[in-house]
Amino acid sequence: MNGVLILIPIALLLGLAGLVAFFWALRAGQFDDLDGAALRILIDEEEKNGAGL
Amino acid sequence: MTALRPLAAVETLVETSFSVPSIRCAGCISKLEDGLPLNPGITAARVNFTAKRVTIIHEASLDIPHLRETVEKLGFEAQPVDLAVAGNDDESRGLLRAMAVAGFAAMNIMLLSVSVWSGADGATRNLFHWLSALIALPTITYSGRVFFKSAWNALRHGHTNMDVPISIGVLLTAGMSLYETATGGAHAYFDGAVMLLFFLLTGRWLDSVMRDRARDGVAALLKQAASGALVIKKDGSTEWRAAQDLAPNLRMIVAAGERLAADGTVEQGRSSFDLSLLTGESAPQAIGPGDTVHAGTLNMGAPVTVRVTKAGPNTALADIARMMENATQSRSRYVRIADRAARLYAPAVHLLAALSFAGWMILGAGWHESLLIAATVLIITCPCALGLAVPAAQIVAVGALMRAGVLVKDGSALERLAEADRALFDKTGTLTLGRPDPVDLSMLSAEEKSIVLGLARASRHPLSQALRRNLEHIGVVAEDIEDIIEVPGFGVTGKSRCGIAAISRADDADETDLACRFKLDGVPSVIIRFRDALRPDALSTILALRRLGMESSILSGDRAAAVSPVSDTLGISACADLSPAGKVAAIKDLGQTGAKVLMIGDGLNDGPALASGHVSMAPASASDAGQNTADAVWMGDSLAPVAATVKAARRTMQIVRQNFVLAIGYNVIAVPLAITGHVTPLVAALAMSGSSIVVVANALRLRGAAR
Repeated sequence: MNGVLILIPIALLLGLAGLVAFFWALRAGQFDDLDGAALRILIDEEEKNGAGL
Repeated sequence: MTALRPLAAVETLVETSFSVPSIRCAGCISKLEDGLPLNPGITAARVNFTAKRVTIIHEASLDIPHLRETVEKLGFEAQPVDLAVAGNDDESRGLLRAMAVAGFAAMNIMLLSVSVWSGADGATRNLFHWLSALIALPTITYSGRVFFKSAWNALRHGHTNMDVPISIGVLLTAGMSLYETATGGAHAYFDGAVMLLFFLLTGRWLDSVMRDRARDGVAALLKQAASGALVIKKDGSTEWRAAQDLAPNLRMIVAAGERLAADGTVEQGRSSFDLSLLTGESAPQAIGPGDTVHAGTLNMGAPVTVRVTKAGPNTALADIARMMENATQSRSRYVRIADRAARLYAPAVHLLAALSFAGWMILGAGWHESLLIAATVLIITCPCALGLAVPAAQIVAVGALMRAGVLVKDGSALERLAEADRALFDKTGTLTLGRPDPVDLSMLSAEEKSIVLGLARASRHPLSQALRRNLEHIGVVAEDIEDIIEVPGFGVTGKSRCGIAAISRADDADETDLACRFKLDGVPSVIIRFRDALRPDALSTILALRRLGMESSILSGDRAAAVSPVSDTLGISACADLSPAGKVAAIKDLGQTGAKVLMIGDGLNDGPALASGHVSMAPASASDAGQNTADAVWMGDSLAPVAATVKAARRTMQIVRQNFVLAIGYNVIAVPLAITGHVTPLVAALAMSGSSIVVVANALRLRGAAR
């Protein structure tokens, strides 16, 4: 029983942290350009002007 | 790079957004984001790939045409967009937040519930019930608002909708569970209530995302109705002014290839104007000083100076806009299939819950147990699967259509598309491409072709552009032409390897035809004729529609002589010489005979007709009015997407009906259990999530619907 009293608040807090993180991401515009984010990893930082692509 | 700029040059920075439909790959992103800041005055550029948009942060002194040119120099076509109109997705955001909260709460309550179901009892069960209540009650207050508000609105106006049983069910269950918890009872249904909210919010959110995505897509295409004009100021200098800042008596210069931003009379210059967007007429009209010209028409010839007579809301366009407002009434009466289902469903659910309450009372079960059973009946029958059945199928279909280049504006459009049984086409710009195409270039030798291309690509005249498009398409390589001079209204000349070459106006050609003359030193000149060609796949689309049971006809504002060749080629009937009001009347007549008309048009003159059809489609090349009014917009030159969209819409409705059958089948099994009092929270949770998953899985079969 004592274990439960500690574990349940921890479980709830972790879940809540996830929810807060999601809201932060939403507000910070992380979900604005999902397709673009997938493509940006292909951009080579060294080769400016996109000449290599 | 910006750090190197001298501080003195810092000006106020502003943001301007352009729609760039041709962004296709990572290379395009880096080309724009790295290339644009190399230009003086531009600080940064950010591409939004999803919306096909680039936002440029630049000094306020740079104007829109200049920025646009800069983007086009990098090889991308760009259109300025008004972000205030385009990006407003607060509703989706709100729903997503409510959904996230409900999802979080549902998971945690389920965690507690599972331990109760696995045998926790006594003080532990009580503690877990209280914890569930602690999570569930704020969640219901926050996430349930969407439903409570809509239910309250419906009740206040004396009718009922799907949200009424949802709200009553959720509130009743929460209340009963709280009572159970307080009295140390065995069953609390917090998990069921919150899970119900989560599934329903998922359906709502999908529906809203679908509308946003299509609206963004269409906004990205909007050409900002002749976004402005070059105005001559009193001191003789010129200035670019946005359309809404134009006022009567200003003088504006309209270059060849530009659309008029306001109504006016021509003061100087002679040219020909393309009125097809306004009247549907394909042949350009010659105009000279003193003639009246209207906003939205395209200057095909030489630059002219126009004195503005009416601007903004007073233009001839306003009449058409008013007509469109009146015409949309019939469409707003359309009731979506989910709401039609709710009309039957909501009273049935209420009745069932009330009857089971009364029945158990009569059998002497006591008000507490009877109320609990009534609440489980409401929770079980609540249209969890029904709420997902329609939006899940529609968003998958809309996504598939979007990948195929068709933007469908909302779910109701898909439903109406599936019902359509008659197709009416506009001619100019819809069945045809709405732009001049050279009829025959075979009289030019290969060398002449490359000279023509070299000349044509130096000019922005519509005919030059048509030549450039066609020659580049067949793989002609342009010859370098030196000393190119363009005399607006007369043509372009330049020095090629074979001597002086010129493309010029063909004065002696037949008046109704578009033509230009190509002359090379020492060779007799040739006349290149242009005409407005049929869209690719036009005939096969008409045939495909016929196979789907839809007869097609043409409604055109053009002369009968211009319409009949098209209708003969396609083998369909046609009405010519129709005014915008005439088109509306023709659609109304058909509507009265019970036909559900699919109107396909592009021009401003089609606006009212598009609004009064049961459902409507427009090509991406259509006027803003056409794109705004149409239920679906398709990209590209081919007409084939029209038939593909109708097919996909019918397939979607088939899946929706299957989903309804699944949801009703689930109720047939679950409701008797609920009425007899056998539904424990565990059964409710399993039944609810099970039916939702089945419905969503069925909807996913639509992923290839547009192929």
